[in-house]
Amino acid sequence: MNSLSKYFLGIYTGVKSLLVGMSVTWKELWTKKVTQQYPENRKTLVVSDRFRCELTMPHDENNEHACTACGICQMNCPNGTIDVQSKMIETEDGKKKKILDVYTWDQGMCTFCNLCVITCPSSAIKFENNFENSVFNRRKLIHRLNNEGSKLREKKKEVKPAESKAE
Amino acid sequence: MMLLNYSQPLELTKLIKWFDNLLRASLPEFWTLLIEFVVVALALLAVYVVVALLLIYAERKITAFFQARIGPNRAGKWGLLQSPADMIKILLKEIIKISRSDRFLFFAAPFFMIVASFATFAAIPFGQSLHAIDFNIGVLYVIAISSLGIIGVFLAGWSSNNKYSMIGAMRSGAQFVSYELSAGFALMTIVVLSGTMQFSEMIEGQRYCWNIFNGHISSLIAFVIYLISGHAETNRGPFDLPEAESELTAGYHTEYSGIMFGYYYLAEYLNMFVIASIATTVFLGGYLPFEIQGWDGFNQIMNYIPSYVWFFGKTFVLIFLSLWVRWSFPRLRIDQLLNLEWKYLLPINLLNIVLMVLLVLTGLTLKDLFGIL
Repeated sequence: MNSLSKYFLGIYTGVKSLLVGMSVTWKELWTKKVTQQYPENRKTLVVSDRFRCELTMPHDENNEHACTACGICQMNCPNGTIDVQSKMIETEDGKKKKILDVYTWDQGMCTFCNLCVITCPSSAIKFENNFENSVFNRRKLIHRLNNEGSKLREKKKEVKPAESKAE
Repeated sequence: MMLLNYSQPLELTKLIKWFDNLLRASLPEFWTLLIEFVVVALALLAVYVVVALLLIYAERKITAFFQARIGPNRAGKWGLLQSPADMIKILLKEIIKISRSDRFLFFAAPFFMIVASFATFAAIPFGQSLHAIDFNIGVLYVIAISSLGIIGVFLAGWSSNNKYSMIGAMRSGAQFVSYELSAGFALMTIVVLSGTMQFSEMIEGQRYCWNIFNGHISSLIAFVIYLISGHAETNRGPFDLPEAESELTAGYHTEYSGIMFGYYYLAEYLNMFVIASIATTVFLGGYLPFEIQGWDGFNQIMNYIPSYVWFFGKTFVLIFLSLWVRWSFPRLRIDQLLNLEWKYLLPINLLNIVLMVLLVLTGLTLKDLFGIL
């Protein structure tokens, strides 16, 4: 008798749990679809701020950046993707000074490890999340980051290192 | 039957009659029959392929909806061209010849599968006068022919010279032989109820009361058992362990490529359709509309919808049910699978036949109780 009641109880609980499962999937059938249809949804696409895609050197409205051409980013880069070219100029008061000439970054070799941004004492570079970076030619992956004719931002020179140390 | 002659403008009966008369008027009997056989065969082949493509599309879409995805939507409007594109791709692919396999059996196996599924497909009544083979033992014919497919599975597993294929084929064989029994008994329950094995007579008997209502409790049990075992026979849903990819890569068709694999794929989908359409024919009144005796106005409205629309609509509901089940339940182990059949479905089924016989003999079917035609 015991095994017989077990048998029918088994059928009952089995069918019941199957029906519960089917009700769950039935509800799932009507949920909102989560698929992102990428090229069409460009306008509403949300990319996380921390997503690292493209190294940039922010310039302000006077075409000035914060890079002192110290070369720490170049030294810290594990792949050698960064090349900081500096040049010596003479300031008005007769002092010699090293300034940034050309800052190149090879995106094709970059692993987006963020070490350059972390170690930069002047917070001159940062990663942006513009991820549509495909090009037809590998040479086009080598970007020049500082604008033509840009200069070092003079006034904020004292503020910036303090900030970066606080970080 | 006289009061059933409502006007049915969209039926194909008149067209077929007209074609037949046209041929008979100009050609001798032999040529008429020959041409008609060829036309019927071509029409069936075309329907076979179209149904398969639509099923693959529907399956992919509904599967996607069950998983909160969109599914194919790039090839054509709503991805409608996806399955034709897949078909063209599979036709263009190379057929790989395995060294150290039994070449003849290897290439013969898919044809067993596809021929068995096609021969059952041909026996299905799709609508009024859209019925190619109407044997007086239609149910028996369908059971017998559809079980030929297992030969293809066995041959594939054996001739591939691959342990995964072999295990998959063995599992499939155990599964098929067991569940064929249940499916057959479930159909026999309804044969007891309707008193005939001929599909056309069976359908006519369901005009005002579908078999699933007529035999109430017993029919319902038979219906559920038929769906479960039909599902298992087609190696789908929770019963797809012959091709369990985590254990057996792809089971018995692991070594097949190109259109040879395509045959298995096609046959699997068509078997799903065949199971659903036999369930429709036997339990849900086939191509007949939903009618209630005495409500002539209502019946007339229902009759305006052509019979093939009713047939495909009912079949689609059952196919949807099978997909729903497929994406709800986890895969069974082989011992669980055989337990389900031999310890649960078969005993219940045998008792159910006895119950049905009692219902019919004591006049407790709905038709007897309410005096429906």
